[in-house]
Amino acid sequence: MAEVPRILYCHCAYAQVVPAEVKTAVLRKLCDAGVAFDAVPDLCEMSARQDPNLQNLVSGGCVKIAACYPRAVKWLFAAAKAPLPPDGAEVLNMRVQTAEEIVTALLNTGLQPNVPQGKVTAEDAPQPVAAT
Amino acid sequence: MAVKDQYSLRVVLYDGDGAQPIPASDRFDATTALLEKGFSVTQAKPGQTVSPIGSAPLLLLGRFANTDAPEIAGTVPGSRVVSRNILGVDAAGISALSEAASLELQAARFGEWKPWFPVIDYDRCTNCMQCLSFCLFGVYGVDDAQKIQVQNNDNCKTNCPACSRVCPEAAIMFPKYKAGPINGDVVSNSDLNREKMKIDISALLGGDVYSMLRERSEKAQSRFSKERDADKALKERQKCLVKLAQSGDIPPEVLMSLPSPDEIARRAEEAKAKAAAALAHQTPPA
Ligand code: SF4
Ligand code: SF4
Repeated sequence: MAEVPRILYCHCAYAQVVPAEVKTAVLRKLCDAGVAFDAVPDLCEMSARQDPNLQNLVSGGCVKIAACYPRAVKWLFAAAKAPLPPDGAEVLNMRVQTAEEIVTALLNTGLQPNVPQGKVTAEDAPQPVAAT
Repeated sequence: MAVKDQYSLRVVLYDGDGAQPIPASDRFDATTALLEKGFSVTQAKPGQTVSPIGSAPLLLLGRFANTDAPEIAGTVPGSRVVSRNILGVDAAGISALSEAASLELQAARFGEWKPWFPVIDYDRCTNCMQCLSFCLFGVYGVDDAQKIQVQNNDNCKTNCPACSRVCPEAAIMFPKYKAGPINGDVVSNSDLNREKMKIDISALLGGDVYSMLRERSEKAQSRFSKERDADKALKERQKCLVKLAQSGDIPPEVLMSLPSPDEIARRAEEAKAKAAAALAHQTPPA
């Protein structure tokens, strides 16, 4: 896809599963970079509430999402009837990746779609995007 | 009951034409404060793309020195949009005026509930209904096509991932759980075989639901009636709950909030009947 991907940051506000230092560093670096982005308090809650804002978040072309596991993020969006575009979404995992890796991937204008397609096992899972 | 299908407030921090730039540290402080209050935030920049606005209730914030806030492109007729000047307003002030705007625009308020609920991976789910049969709190149901669905998120017991343990396909995720694969991490074969993934649902239910439906022989009938014995099913369920609690998977407060044995037996029967009815509409596996 030729378009520049949008950036979506999830603050995972209502649990401590994303390390605070990682999410804080990612948000700070996005602000420092002066780029446009969308930030949501908690994708889980938006999904549970089927917040129609999720439809807007997926409908504006390709998107890079800083949140958690791609499999979880895929099905959270699907549960809210706002499925992620299979070839137009890249999920960065703040539970396991460093803030540096995530921000590098977010600010890079290329897109490496990694939303799981089909039954995912450890062997065929998309690998985290390496920092460049 | 919980808010559903309603927009929460989206706050746009604008520092394009007609507004003074907002320093990065102030944008960070304001964004953090707003996210912690449960508001979505868009940092808009001229010429860069963010998600479309649609009909979300929207609050536009900018440091407008000598001008009014600009028109917002992309709103649809009837959109609820207000703008505020934040020249000289700190993060706490921004948060307070966003709360007021949220009320004014009648946006849904989030953040009063820890979002703990099951999320189904339909790439893995085989629609076996074991989760529906297991859950005593009516979290699961089926759609018109008899496909399993999470229907009552709010009924889910916070921090209890027990139903993910009964799923033979490891298809049930709780994204805020501490460990994989329940948190959404990839599923390995060893996960599927691991003892703690395998809660014997047939023991809980008093018989495999598929065999219940398929086997019509005398033998099956008698085994079924014996296993359906309410006391036995209840004992098995209690044993299973204790096992889950011992493995650290059911928080004590969830165990404390379990209904009375009679109520458990009643709900288990109800859940089982729902699952059996849904399965009866499917083609049983060969
Ligand atoms: S999607 Fe992941 S990062 Fe976002 S709120 Fe849910 S668990 Fe947290
Ligand atoms: S137990 Fe698992 S596989 Fe069976 S219906 Fe529930 S989610 Fe699907």
